[in-house]
Amino acid sequence: MTASPAVRAPSPVTPETIAAHREYLRQMLLIRHFEEKAGEAYSLGKIGGFCHLYIGQEAVAVGTISALRPDDYVISAYREHGQALARGMTSRAVMAELYGKAAGCSGGKGGSMHLFDASLNFMGGHGIVGSQIPLGAGFAFAAKYRGTDAVSLCYFGEAAANIGAFHETMNIAQLWKLPAIFVIENNGYGMGTALHRSAAGAALVDRAAAYGMASMVVDGQDVLAVRAAMDVAVARARQDSLPTLMEIRTYRYVGHSMSDAAHGTYRTKDEVESYRKRDPIEVLAERMRAGEYLDDAQYQQLEADVLAEVADAETFAEEAPDPEPGELFTDVYVERD
Amino acid sequence: MAVMTYRDALNAAMREEMLRDPDVFLMGEEVAEYEGAYKVSRGLLKEFGPKRVVDTPIAELGFSGIGVGAAMTGLRPIVEFMTWNFALLAIDQVVNSAAKLRYMSGGQIGCPIVFRGPGGSALQLGAQHSQSFESWYAHIPGLKVVMPATPADAKGLLKSAIRDDNPIVFIEGEMLYNTKGEVPEDDYLTPIGKADRKREGRDVTIICHSKTVGISLKAAEQLAKDGVEADVIDLRTIRPLDTEAILESVGRTNRVVVAEEGWSFAGVGAQVVDLIQREAFDLLDAPVLRVTGADVPMPYNKHLEKAAKVDPAKVVAAARRVLYLD
Repeated sequence: MTASPAVRAPSPVTPETIAAHREYLRQMLLIRHFEEKAGEAYSLGKIGGFCHLYIGQEAVAVGTISALRPDDYVISAYREHGQALARGMTSRAVMAELYGKAAGCSGGKGGSMHLFDASLNFMGGHGIVGSQIPLGAGFAFAAKYRGTDAVSLCYFGEAAANIGAFHETMNIAQLWKLPAIFVIENNGYGMGTALHRSAAGAALVDRAAAYGMASMVVDGQDVLAVRAAMDVAVARARQDSLPTLMEIRTYRYVGHSMSDAAHGTYRTKDEVESYRKRDPIEVLAERMRAGEYLDDAQYQQLEADVLAEVADAETFAEEAPDPEPGELFTDVYVERD
Repeated sequence: MAVMTYRDALNAAMREEMLRDPDVFLMGEEVAEYEGAYKVSRGLLKEFGPKRVVDTPIAELGFSGIGVGAAMTGLRPIVEFMTWNFALLAIDQVVNSAAKLRYMSGGQIGCPIVFRGPGGSALQLGAQHSQSFESWYAHIPGLKVVMPATPADAKGLLKSAIRDDNPIVFIEGEMLYNTKGEVPEDDYLTPIGKADRKREGRDVTIICHSKTVGISLKAAEQLAKDGVEADVIDLRTIRPLDTEAILESVGRTNRVVVAEEGWSFAGVGAQVVDLIQREAFDLLDAPVLRVTGADVPMPYNKHLEKAAKVDPAKVVAAARRVLYLD
């Protein structure tokens, strides 16, 4: 077990850190505005099915994925728009997928819950709670089998820590010393069930102890804390071929999906408002302002740029063609020539 | 031609493919040090080492998902289930992950994996260890379901399955492991999706797969004593189904019996009968009859168990009925 890394003293501000922090801020703003646009398009009937938004959790995706290399693997559950964008998928490709269009990252056949980009080793959005956990371990197994030092980053919600696949995978990952980082994205609620109503024990992260696995608890509203913790976990995976269980505590401002209200039944408006006061975008922006490397004009420019990107993605998705009817029957099987 | 057991034929297929392709590896419960619960992996740990012959904890969902994940990166895992009864614990990974990844990802991510192990009825193992699940998996687009009946087919089909780029459900006959047969010595592949006529006859077609092939051949011998010549079609692959071979035989005999170990309701035979009534209605001289396992959980008592299982006498009786001999 490793102790949770304390929020570190601010590093000396170098041009590299300034550039990195600007990029984190840009990505978080992009995810925030992308998701707001997706919610709007959903309400207009442009996006079908389920749609699980990432608003409030942006620092988790950005802080973790920024620590990876292109040859590392990323896999997530169905609240994965933010992770797909942080991994480098274009707003156009993601939005077009939500619209079900042929230009979407999965050709319009996946939808919101099944975003894939093989070129980025973004191995999907998966819709069955916990089913992606062994898959994520499988990428780590494959990296080790091939003798590379690639690592696998596997996200799941806190409710998935109650499912058998989680425990089976934790056991095997530690037993086989797989280079994987398992991230419990703890937003407090599995749909409408609060953590304390679904999970026994004091903290989910304690479950790592049962398997002798290293673990950390991380403040998910502070992107720099997430990144610092992730660096430790990545080093452990890459250098020592060992897994880590990270519990990143965060909060979603919106409902579980677009079909439920942000508050009212299982949580109060006051609770949501109290979390909004520690918004991950504001936490970083404040720090940058305090360090005098972000001013209002720069912030507004960043925001204007991502708003333009999201607007462009919306137009692109709107205008993109549907898949050809013949696509119904492709990609079920593949046969070699 | 060498004579070998079905078990050794499967072993030879894995060994040859592991020698040919370093991306092929075997994982499952007891596959390495114990050499397989049914000894199908005998000698493989010694030859290939623990990196490629991997013992797993008893955690079907976990290790099958790890296999699927490895396959998503392009490795070619063989995941052994000690039996298909236990694979129910892993069915989410087979159905929701392996079968659908290519489609959900718009063709980007494949899953070249073989899930294999014994299935079908056994001897007095009771309700939970003695059953057939091929119709469950055959229902799923994205999966291929392969069920060899002979040592030669076991080897040739397993080699094809390992080389196939799609996820394969490969169900071996638990009661077939000790059966012997001639196996070609060259590096041959048996094509997936092709049925095989195991006996030629003009009077009645018996469609079967896995253990019911041997049962049907015995039934055919008995029928021959009464001058009835049965055409025995071994499906070998349940999905994709070799519709051409089925219809060709029906066109010659005009009378059909479908035999399978599984339960009747929504079984493989139901799919075969659907094909025949649609495509060969005018060729039939009698309704198609099915011989299946009894519609009950498998009992332990040996007399009750015998009554529940398909046997040659039941196939003979069905054949005689479609010939209007009884």
